Amino acid sequence: MSSFTSSKALQELNIRQLSVGYHGQAVVHEVSFDLTAGQIGCLLGPSGCGKSTLLRAIAGFESVLSGAILLNGEQISSVDYLLPPEQRQIGMVFQDIALFPHLTIAENIAFGLKDKDKSAQLARVNELLELIGLPGFGARYPHSLSGGQQQRVALARAMAPKPKLLLMDEPFSGLDAKLREELVPDIRNILKHEGMSAILVTHDQMEAFAMADMIAVMASGEIHQFGTPYQIYHRPESRFTAKFVGQGDFLNAVVCDHHCLESDLGRIRGVLNDELAIGTEVDLLVRPDDVIHDDNSEFKGLVMSKWFRGSHFLYRVKLASGLVVYCFASSHHNHTIGQEIGINIELDHLVVFTK
Amino acid sequence: MPNQHRVGTGEGFAWLTWASITIALLLALPVMVIVGNLFTDSDGVWSHLWNTVLTDYVNNSLLLMVGVAIGVLCIGVPVAWLTSVCRFPGSTWLSWALLLPLAMPAYIIAYTYTGLLDFAGPVQSVIRAITGLGYGEYWFFEVRSLGGAIIMLSLVLYPYVYLMSRAAFLEQSANTLEVSRTLGYSHLSAFFRLALPLARPAIIAGLTLAMMEVLADYGTVQYFGVATFTTGIMRTFYGFGDLAAASQLAGILLLFVCVLIFTERYSRRKLRYHSSGLRKASQRELVLSGWRGIAALLFCILPVLFGFILPAGVLGYWSLFEAEPLTWDFLWLAWNSFYLALLAALIVVSLAIVLCYALRLRPSRSVEGAVACAGVGYALPGTIIAIGVIVPLAWLDHGLIALVKDITNEKIGLLFSGTIVALLFAYAVRFMAVSLGAVQSGLGKIKPSMDMAGRSLGLTPIQVLKRVHFPLLKGSLLTALLIVFVDVLKELPATLILRPFNFNTLAVRAFELASDERLVDAAPASIMIVLVGLIPVVLLNRSISKTH
Repeated sequence: MSSFTSSKALQELNIRQLSVGYHGQAVVHEVSFDLTAGQIGCLLGPSGCGKSTLLRAIAGFESVLSGAILLNGEQISSVDYLLPPEQRQIGMVFQDIALFPHLTIAENIAFGLKDKDKSAQLARVNELLELIGLPGFGARYPHSLSGGQQQRVALARAMAPKPKLLLMDEPFSGLDAKLREELVPDIRNILKHEGMSAILVTHDQMEAFAMADMIAVMASGEIHQFGTPYQIYHRPESRFTAKFVGQGDFLNAVVCDHHCLESDLGRIRGVLNDELAIGTEVDLLVRPDDVIHDDNSEFKGLVMSKWFRGSHFLYRVKLASGLVVYCFASSHHNHTIGQEIGINIELDHLVVFTK
Repeated sequence: MPNQHRVGTGEGFAWLTWASITIALLLALPVMVIVGNLFTDSDGVWSHLWNTVLTDYVNNSLLLMVGVAIGVLCIGVPVAWLTSVCRFPGSTWLSWALLLPLAMPAYIIAYTYTGLLDFAGPVQSVIRAITGLGYGEYWFFEVRSLGGAIIMLSLVLYPYVYLMSRAAFLEQSANTLEVSRTLGYSHLSAFFRLALPLARPAIIAGLTLAMMEVLADYGTVQYFGVATFTTGIMRTFYGFGDLAAASQLAGILLLFVCVLIFTERYSRRKLRYHSSGLRKASQRELVLSGWRGIAALLFCILPVLFGFILPAGVLGYWSLFEAEPLTWDFLWLAWNSFYLALLAALIVVSLAIVLCYALRLRPSRSVEGAVACAGVGYALPGTIIAIGVIVPLAWLDHGLIALVKDITNEKIGLLFSGTIVALLFAYAVRFMAVSLGAVQSGLGKIKPSMDMAGRSLGLTPIQVLKRVHFPLLKGSLLTALLIVFVDVLKELPATLILRPFNFNTLAVRAFELASDERLVDAAPASIMIVLVGLIPVVLLNRSISKTH
């Protein structure tokens, strides 16, 4: 949940009906979103959805086909104006890290501080080395550091000049899973500590959830939904978002009144957000945690496959209608494949899409 | 109209595209001239060549190639296997010492051995003194023959095969070989059944490189009186002043080279499939002790001894104790060579930088084509390039002379073909590929994201060039400069054909003195060429030990 509401007039980013592309061919189509000061935003989407292109446009490395980018109320990109990247005060962290191999760690971090005097540079470098947990590494060269350490130095280098905004282009994708799990919360803490606005680009939803205050789900150059991680997961506004974020299945259902659906798993009560006419056929989104194993339930399903997750079982269950859904069960309920088990639906907010 | 280019990279560098295409067309011009000439049969030159000298040239060139091929394979492959798989006394230093003959130009080793082994040389003198036999009363190997040329060329060209096959042997994962041992093969049969077939593409690639050098050689075959294409081209050009016939011959030689280039490319492509991709963690070494170790040591030391140590020692001895003392003439000669090589290196590397940046900042089909085109001269013998350079430049000069005479009634000299412009042009064609390779590999290490990182940290494009690119490229540029410098210093046939009147270099002077049978006096110039030639060998060694 976004709870970061600073009274200080920090920097704000506005993207207004922005289209970006090459040779007149738009890769990003008329996207809009706003990021308030100190927030960490995330562009989440499958590869090729235009999220990196959008990021590069914000950095000033891509020109704009239409629309505008405003930073703190000042227009920095538009159709006929492009503030050069070096004048934007927007920092960037790259997927391939891109530390300068001929410079020491300290020199790398001080690279963007060339206008400051030596003692101020040294103070900032030491402060950042402390912050990223690598004090005393200043005299080393990048090649002597591990991948995770290098990425932290890259972050420090980008943050050193105190940019108005920090952009991160898949910064964790080159690192192994364990390292990523450690690094992501670390980096979120560092950013929050510095009160820095940032945008992360990723295709990994767990990374997005762990890092971001606001997530923009992107597909084929468009933003499908912009919201908090909780909203994105539990209140998806499009089929794409529903499918791309989290696991889930669609259940055939018919609207019986404004608080009720008739489905393969019986009558389901809950809040329907759309004003749907009675009798409308809809698809109901069910997440694995919405379908609960219950031996006493009258609704039965056939276990197709199962995964033991330690604390629980995740079953893939085939309903009488032929639909297959995920189902959670406590880890004591060990059923074999092919066995029939009882299931119940527990939903309070109904996410439906008309057919 | 919105601006639609990618600002981060190619902004404002449109001129690079045109510059690279112009450079490429210029550098490809000599080859196009030769190829064009091949299809225009003027004055029955063709049939005349065919009826007279051509069969000789073809036969001798082929015999030379076959002989040297056998020679370099018999030396190069076994020493590569021994130094990469086995451990024996001296195997470590031998693995780099075996590269030393690369520093020895073939024409220099040829006349050094002639000085040693001919009738008046120390070896035969000693034999006569011991046995008391006189002239004609005993048989001795005639070094100035086709056989002699084969041995000389094999001694200095085996490193190509050694280098390529050693890399292949080292790359073969220890696993593959150990699997064969568990399936019941001995070391020796594993070598023939597995290691050798796996290394075959690499061996062939090395062999074709050596063959290109054989076809390019002029100094050795000329000195030994073996009539091949290169000597034929020189003879027709100088002896008969027949540029048309010379370029026809060059065209035929070009066909030979094309076959080699094709073979080389093909085997390099196969090389990719043959490498297992597995980096062996630690190759289990086969330890050779006792007499086996001694035998391996002796076998590996022979090529170094005869390909470098002995001839370099003899040259050093001659220079120090027997040659005429150094004169101003010699210093003048060294200066000529030095500034010509430096100028050529600067020009070639500058052009390579333009081409490489065009490829980086304005990538497109046409720029890619231009870069490929610019490197086309790498495999061509100096004689071909020289003829290909002189034809268009002479045409240009004569046109200019006529034009100036028409307009001002003044007589001007040869502005291009008679000056070092022609030489520099030829060197640029011949050595562009080398320098392109070095600059490209250096630039490849600077990731595009580093440019962007620099920009986002407040640097203008020019500052990025200064603070990020230049420091990272320095080493590669220096390497490129050095390699071209040394190659130009060693180059003989193109320099012979294209040098201005009365302009001499160390290589030309050494060759002229040797041709006049003043072998000892040729030594100082030769030893300088050899010593400078050691620089790229050292560089090569450094880069090899870095990768392994």
